[in-house]
Amino acid sequence: MATVITTPTPSFSEVNGFKLGLQRDWLLAVRQKGEIAQMLVFFLIVASFFPLAIGAETAILTRVGAGVVWVSGLLAVLLTMPRLFATDYADGTLEQLICSGFPLASVCAGKIVAHWLSSGFLLTLVSPLVGLQFGLKPPELGVLALSLLLGTPLLSMLGAIASALTLGLRGGAMLTALLVLPLFVPVLIFGAGCVSAAQSDLPYTAQLYLLGAGLLIGAVGTPFAAAAAVKISLD
Amino acid sequence: MSVFKYSSPVTFYPLAGKLAPWFAVLAGLLGVVGLYLGLVAAPVDFQQGEIYRILFIHIPTAWMGMFIYVVMAVYGLLALVFNTRLSAMMMRALAPTGAIFTALALWTGALWGNLTWGTWWAWDARNTSTLILLFLYFGYMALMNAIEDPRRADKAGALLVLVGSINIPIIYFSVKWWNTLHQASTIGVASAPKMAPLMAAAVFAMVLACWMYAIAVALIRVRQIIAERELARLQNGGIIPVWLQSPKKGN
Repeated sequence: MATVITTPTPSFSEVNGFKLGLQRDWLLAVRQKGEIAQMLVFFLIVASFFPLAIGAETAILTRVGAGVVWVSGLLAVLLTMPRLFATDYADGTLEQLICSGFPLASVCAGKIVAHWLSSGFLLTLVSPLVGLQFGLKPPELGVLALSLLLGTPLLSMLGAIASALTLGLRGGAMLTALLVLPLFVPVLIFGAGCVSAAQSDLPYTAQLYLLGAGLLIGAVGTPFAAAAAVKISLD
Repeated sequence: MSVFKYSSPVTFYPLAGKLAPWFAVLAGLLGVVGLYLGLVAAPVDFQQGEIYRILFIHIPTAWMGMFIYVVMAVYGLLALVFNTRLSAMMMRALAPTGAIFTALALWTGALWGNLTWGTWWAWDARNTSTLILLFLYFGYMALMNAIEDPRRADKAGALLVLVGSINIPIIYFSVKWWNTLHQASTIGVASAPKMAPLMAAAVFAMVLACWMYAIAVALIRVRQIIAERELARLQNGGIIPVWLQSPKKGN
């Protein structure tokens, strides 16, 4: 019986590429806790400014609460977009990742997941706190958190495409916002809409299903689009 | 094969120069016919009075605003799949016209709304989705302005417009859904009354006029884009001068 010797050849599979992107970006995010804290504080500050600007009557606040949480969350995520590719582009890591031999789309998928874990996911966890400030009731807080859980990954996905397209351009952050905000419209509408539906005792599952459907479509398509965008920008 | 001959910017340049005046003349003629039918021949509307006549410019601009984005998306697909430079140049040439039409649709809609609904801006589904369409045009044009390398700009713009075009139906339906939820359709534009044949003819003529105008302007603009990038080749009868040939950028 011949013994089969399996040499540990490096496997450039999709799974390993995904792991590479995820681990690297997650590690970076965890080691720079300050940035995460800044994003959360920014989110809380923007949300707290609305009552100061429009008045603190409970009736108004409960009506706008979900929308405020969604818009402030969106802005907070937008400010974290450079973490996706721009910093890796600036120090040359991105080029190494392209040359690494791993499928770029799977690396991008990993980076997107890591970005969401360190931005949208954390906002989701904090969102009930802001919801309470706006007088949302416990079941509605749950719906709000659920809508953010399903919707914020799409922000990271679409943001990945836009921030990859604007790599190395002057005014890149503003440009990314300009490119990506119109694309966020459906997410915002369904996300905030399902909370207002829950507030008026209407069925809200349809919106959640639509967000879920968008999430699945995005998960299938956006890593490839982001990878194509990275290649276009670094060609 | 003869069709593909004109997919090269350098051969397309003279063709566009020959075609553009004809489309411009057609646009002018159709515009005169359409405006005559719309402003003079068409009867006054029973309910709205003379104000309704703004629709003869509002409908064509709104259509063209949407349609041009679709055309850009098709060009974007061609540019990414077949790596044709002319497709991307056409996208770039069409974008300002599409944005102008979209802005005009919003502006004429606001004028009409002010006189009939009593408000400049109602957050109804069409208003809102047209506004977002305008933002999509702005995003594309801003990206084009920001990227200096034309090849990168071509491809980046194509990808952006493709992603946008997938999103447009979703945006439209989400906005429509949002609108029905928030205001129980106070103004029903969807149930438009049947148009008199003469009015329909005027709208049709104006749509065609806007279409011809868009083609003429896009052809003129694409000639300028080609001239900007390929001046040396144009002056040298389609051949890349030796001093411009580099092993890296073969095409």
